Amino acid sequence: MNNNGHLISMKNVTKVYKTGKIHVDALRGVDLDIGRGEFVAIIGPSGSGKSTLMNIMGCLDMPTTGEYHLDGRPVANMGIHQLSSIRNKKIGFIFQNFNLLAYATTFENVELPLIFAGKPGAYRKQRVMECLENVGLANWAEHKPTELSGGQMQRAAVARALANEPDIILADEPTGNLDSKSGGEIIDLFEQLNELGRSVVTITHDMNIAHRCHRIIRIMDGLIESEKHNGNGRDKNLTQD
Amino acid sequence: MKSLVIFKQFFHDVRRQKLRTLLTTFGIIWGTAATIILVAFGNGLYIHQEKQFLGLGERLVIVWGGKTALPYKGLPKGRWVRFTDDDIDMLKREIPEITMASPEYAGMGMLTYGKKTVSQNVIGVKPEWGAVRNMIPEAGGRFLDEIDLDYRKRVIFLGTDIRTDLFGEGIDPVGKYVTLRGTPFLVVGVLKQKDQNSSYRGRDTRKVYIPYTTFKTMWGHTHPENMIYQVADPARSKRVEAEVFKVLGRKYSFDPKDEQALWIWDTNDSLGEWRPFFEGFRIFLGIIGVFTLIVGGIGTANIMYVVVKERTREIGVKMAMGATRAHIMFQIIVESLLITAIGGFFGFFIAKFFEKAFPLLKLGEYVGDPVISPNTVFVAIAIIGSIGLIAGFFPARRAARLNPVEALKA
Ligand SMILES: Nc1ncnc2c1ncn2[C@@H]1O[C@H](COP(=O)(O)OP(=O)(O)OP(=O)(O)O)[C@@H](O)[C@H]1O
Ligand SMILES: [Mg+2]
Repeated sequence: MNNNGHLISMKNVTKVYKTGKIHVDALRGVDLDIGRGEFVAIIGPSGSGKSTLMNIMGCLDMPTTGEYHLDGRPVANMGIHQLSSIRNKKIGFIFQNFNLLAYATTFENVELPLIFAGKPGAYRKQRVMECLENVGLANWAEHKPTELSGGQMQRAAVARALANEPDIILADEPTGNLDSKSGGEIIDLFEQLNELGRSVVTITHDMNIAHRCHRIIRIMDGLIESEKHNGNGRDKNLTQD
Repeated sequence: MKSLVIFKQFFHDVRRQKLRTLLTTFGIIWGTAATIILVAFGNGLYIHQEKQFLGLGERLVIVWGGKTALPYKGLPKGRWVRFTDDDIDMLKREIPEITMASPEYAGMGMLTYGKKTVSQNVIGVKPEWGAVRNMIPEAGGRFLDEIDLDYRKRVIFLGTDIRTDLFGEGIDPVGKYVTLRGTPFLVVGVLKQKDQNSSYRGRDTRKVYIPYTTFKTMWGHTHPENMIYQVADPARSKRVEAEVFKVLGRKYSFDPKDEQALWIWDTNDSLGEWRPFFEGFRIFLGIIGVFTLIVGGIGTANIMYVVVKERTREIGVKMAMGATRAHIMFQIIVESLLITAIGGFFGFFIAKFFEKAFPLLKLGEYVGDPVISPNTVFVAIAIIGSIGLIAGFFPARRAARLNPVEALKA
């Protein structure tokens, strides 16, 4: 099996969208390994394939060709039930527009992944409050999302992503709808999570945010154009064709 | 699973689709009410008919003497068979399954009270006859009894309508004397009003009854018009009939297989013959009702498709959070079941209300009052449940098959 210790391991992954006669090559051969405990930013111009890549990482979508191993297991061989279970337990998704259920309270939103995991009520209650405390929303449990600020909504979404203690957090422009202060708070949260050993991958257009990550991956026209490691001065350019 | 969230979501969806949900629920209410009411009518009609048949009496067989159609033991065919009172007693003695047997004498007679005179059918019978023919007297009166019979008393039991003609409606004539063929008769009772849709020689309410012994002395008849007997078990009525042919055939020398020798009307038969008709009618009404319900079900399915469409993004989010297909489908199906359950609930109460209100229209005499049987309710619940399930299933399956990425973009 293709494990080499990586949580995420992609080999020559492509994605072609076919809409009628038009074929869009969203990904054109991506090789990417992400290990446990990494803090990664994905940057690149609009339409370059960042979201496509993240959706494949998160098992929401399948590559057209190429190999993807998650925690050493080939995703291509998994059934829908297994994929649901992976999304539920291994992955925590965070979206640009929060995607909280409007009619449910903060508590109920955070509870959702625990319900899908089949956790008992008493455990859910305790775990939801734990997660809300982690993101500083313990006092907002019974409020509806509409009563929260954008930053609070995204923090609720982070709490929801954490509910089942996933190995990796995947965030698609999590600060895109937030002012810089609230956005900074979200990245603070990511840093804390990362320090506790969780992998975090976030798409961003904000270079200030990207520079707070340990590794920056630049996507261009469906390919990884360059990679850069922050902090320890190691710069690495991987130009591919 | 997450019971509370499901209800929240349901009310959220209902609010967002107020008119549509209202119309759909109304469709289910209407369908349920229509189904139950129609079947209840079928039931009521059947019970009504049964009661009317039984107005004649239960488990009765009426026998007239006939004309032989087969030669027997050297005797030619074409001989009249006329039985006597003794023959009737003999049948009762010899055939244990006959629980009652009475002769029936009949003749016209002028009946007078004060200035009023009617010309009526006068029937001469035994006291037991009254019990099996459901000749229930109005309060304060009685039917003929053994003493009347043994002493050939001049006592008379009046049909309801005759009482009305002679005395006026609701007047109690018991203890008064009427004149029959010039002879005074003491009125001992009046028939309580009853429904009856099968009869011979007219309806019971338009006749008068006297002991057959009295009848014979006044009219001079030697043979009864016919006899009537009651069997213990209607299912064995045919066997008893064969016995009657055998016993009377032995006495009057006719072939027990000669069907023309006696004319028999087995009332056990007639009700049985009608049964499949009413069963069919009830099923027919039920099917009409079920079709209305199915239309309501299509409405429910339609609204659930809209719900799925409106909630596409949310379904995508749930999929990203690890919801399985079962989780997604469960929610939709539960909502569909809730709509049909609420509709069914109100539909049932409308039907129940109708069942209680209809008798006030006093039409029951003609078509019978609707009766909601437990069976109807049980079947209706099963049908509504299945419709809710099916109406939810297809939209739910569509939801579960959504591509999560596409759904998230919605
Ligand atoms: N469902 C789809 N059908 C057809 N084409 C698609 C579909 N989804 C994405 N694409 C195309 O694939 C390419 C990559 O899209 P993707 O959403 O991954 O870009 P992105 O890098 O996330 O862009 P952005 O920064 O604007 O979010 C684009 O050209 C886009 O138009
Ligand atoms: Mg994107």
